[in-house]
Amino acid sequence: MQTIELTRRDLLKAGGALVVSFAFGGVPRRAAAQAGAPGGAADRPLDAGEVDGLLAIHADGSVTIYTSKVDVGTGVRIAFAQMAAEELGVPPSRVSVIEGDTATCPDQGGTGGSTGLVRGGTEIRAAAATARRALLQLGANRLNRPAADLTIADGEVRPRAGGAGVGIGTLIGDRRFALKVDRNAPLTPPSQHAAIGKPLLRPDVPAKCTGRHVYVQDFTLPGMLHGRIVRPPSIGATLVSVDEGSLRGIPDVRVVRVKDFLAVVSRDEWAAVRAATALEATWNQRESLPGHEGLDRLSRSAPLDRDQEIVNKGDARGAARGAAKMLSATYFWPFQSHASLGPSCAVADVRADGTATVWSASQGTHGLRGNLAKVFGIPPEKLRVVFLDGSGSYGTNGGDHVAADALLLSKTIGQPVRVQWMRHEEHGWDPKGPQQLLDVRAALDASGRIVSWETEMWVPNAAPGARALLSADAAGIQQEHGTGSGAITQNGDPPYAVDNVRVVAHLIKDTPLQLSNLRAPGKIANVFAVESLADELAVAAGEDAVEFRRKRLADPRALDVIARTASAFKWDTRTSPNPRAKQGPSTSLGTSNLLVGRGIAYMRYKQTENYVAMAMEVAVNPSSGQIQVRRVACAHDCGLIVNPDGLRNQVEGCIVQTLSRALHEEVTFDRSRVTSVDWTSYPILRFPEAPAVEVILIDRPNEPLVGAGEAATAPVAAALANAVFDATGVRLRTVPFTAARVKKALA
Amino acid sequence: MPRYTFRLNGRETSVDSWDPAQPLLYALRGPLGLHGPKFGCGLGQCGACTVIVDRTATRSCTLPVSRAAGRDITTLEGLGTPEQPDAVQAAFIAEQAAQCGYCTNGMVMAAKALLARTPKPTVEQIKQALDGNLCRCGTHTRIVRAVQRAGQV
Repeated sequence: MQTIELTRRDLLKAGGALVVSFAFGGVPRRAAAQAGAPGGAADRPLDAGEVDGLLAIHADGSVTIYTSKVDVGTGVRIAFAQMAAEELGVPPSRVSVIEGDTATCPDQGGTGGSTGLVRGGTEIRAAAATARRALLQLGANRLNRPAADLTIADGEVRPRAGGAGVGIGTLIGDRRFALKVDRNAPLTPPSQHAAIGKPLLRPDVPAKCTGRHVYVQDFTLPGMLHGRIVRPPSIGATLVSVDEGSLRGIPDVRVVRVKDFLAVVSRDEWAAVRAATALEATWNQRESLPGHEGLDRLSRSAPLDRDQEIVNKGDARGAARGAAKMLSATYFWPFQSHASLGPSCAVADVRADGTATVWSASQGTHGLRGNLAKVFGIPPEKLRVVFLDGSGSYGTNGGDHVAADALLLSKTIGQPVRVQWMRHEEHGWDPKGPQQLLDVRAALDASGRIVSWETEMWVPNAAPGARALLSADAAGIQQEHGTGSGAITQNGDPPYAVDNVRVVAHLIKDTPLQLSNLRAPGKIANVFAVESLADELAVAAGEDAVEFRRKRLADPRALDVIARTASAFKWDTRTSPNPRAKQGPSTSLGTSNLLVGRGIAYMRYKQTENYVAMAMEVAVNPSSGQIQVRRVACAHDCGLIVNPDGLRNQVEGCIVQTLSRALHEEVTFDRSRVTSVDWTSYPILRFPEAPAVEVILIDRPNEPLVGAGEAATAPVAAALANAVFDATGVRLRTVPFTAARVKKALA
Repeated sequence: MPRYTFRLNGRETSVDSWDPAQPLLYALRGPLGLHGPKFGCGLGQCGACTVIVDRTATRSCTLPVSRAAGRDITTLEGLGTPEQPDAVQAAFIAEQAAQCGYCTNGMVMAAKALLARTPKPTVEQIKQALDGNLCRCGTHTRIVRAVQRAGQV
């Protein structure tokens, strides 16, 4: 294994913009950012179809990758370097990555839906493979030998048979390839992989552990002011009047008002914070929300845009008639927040010459630029959005909103402005993951075959268009009001052999809270419902939960993850509930008797991607209702593995974060506003609750990679609920499984 | 403007503030240019802003600058550098115990304070010591391993 040297950030000024590039040891390469006006064309084509759009090889033989896919703590940075290094025959330490700078990176789409490596990495690798072929030809000309006799290694084109070679920097150094990316360019076969498959260390971690990493929250510009927004006391409230006299005693503060958009700016951040709290304003309140209580009932009766048939195979309704056993249940998943640990932040610099730059941790800087340009009337070519790391976002958190806040302020006052949201804003105003209501019905025949499956889901419709920006709405600026929250209707059908399946989505017209994509959109709740009912079917069939699933699956990769999970977990074959559930006292859960059980869930992500099986052991305290997850085993197959340690970190994170969502998280709101606005009213999982997690990675180097940022989230809630049933004999069908709710269910 | 003086990462340091109630965090991140401690909640709930004050892990988002005067304050930057991390930082790097890394400051500082009191903590002691530090990415298992590793050095 190669050990990566400590990272070094390479900060350089270019066109008024700071470009951060990550060098993986060796001599860091200066980012080739264009020196012209912000938003202007780079000296390379901004085209992901061009080799020069995605990479540059410099005279010293080092390599820079340019990509719109960004590393939001997922580790894709090192994976990109490994994929490019593999084809270019250089050590990954010679590859730097520049991400999400609209002035220097081609648009490969936003970072979401686990597409970082699937699209971003694969395109980079194809560009590198295309470049490799060109380098071999250049080497052939230089060395006067047929290209077929040459290879690339250690940054040199050299004869396979041995002898003097020539460095790739000498062959192309900082000149253009001028080649289209050939998606069919031959790739290094798995048997020869030198960089792919190695657990190389992430380049950003040393700086993150020593306080030297520049997050967008840390970024400053000369002459920059700190802005804080005064949010309305209710969603949609209008501003009547502002009493600037209420700011007496707070030095150097200026109030900025654009219609209902109210903010303060100051050179001193604390003064801005104090002023935003102290500023007295009169608002016309609104009561437009239904409140979070009874949202499941409300979803069922809400006006619909339309019904969408997701799956229709055979005759599910007909096949259920006369079946030996029929089961049905209703599941509910609440609104949840991205709940980023660091409130969103952005810095904007709108210049008098009409150009503007925004520094943002957005997962889609190109898309953000397009929307900001449209909403604020800035020509896209004059607006540059530069990605800087932020607090983990897990989808679209408050980041796009805060970018608009900063841009509106900078545009209004003509100075660079940094805005960081306060805690109540991130919890209260980030766009939310939607609530989901599911009715599931399934039938077994006398032999235990699943003959019918029906899933009905009530979910918000995705009205087309960009998500409305809070500050633009407040300022009365016309904009789109899209309501997309990702592909939330997938995985509503079971992965098992069933002849008759119907999945229907009832698409609700309105949403009380603004929505966005939240990690594994929709799939977690859908798999929760499907795999909970599958578990009920296993009980009804009198079968062990693992055996039940095995018998109804044929795909060897599916069977493999289930077998490996069961083996790692030391699954004992028996039916549920656990006949020996009662166990002795535990110090961490008090002194009452605990009920212990285990559960399993399996799914294939989007029915076409990752195979994931997960088993869990829980101890439930019936007198408090508290669930302790003791251990988790998860086998994960995402095809080719680029960096096993980065992958493991992602899978562990998927599991622990989703345990938090399933156990604790629900956005609450009254008629006017979100009321879960801090870590007390929106609690998340804490260290004493963190279980032991064992992840079994299955590498399939000859299969395409499918990404890993989301898939292992999907079976978590089902595995947990099934384990609770095994322990207690009670099915939990409403998330979150709070102690109060569990205690009530067990009473 | 009143001036407040304290020891910061081993050096006598002064900072001016118009407001004695200004949290230390804003002085550190603003005029003192130390970005290790992060703003997470401003409520003392999440731990992202943790610094060590006289050997105790302390929330700098709720500690008024006036009460920091005369104290000995260590931030994440005061422990080590990317090139020469201290033992706790090195353990976090070796375990790759970060995803986004926004909480890492608080984790390292809380671990530092724990290990000063309890050089070889059990897993249970580590989890209790980090109870007030939130991680949203779900890196808990690695963070616990990193603290264990640091305790074994």
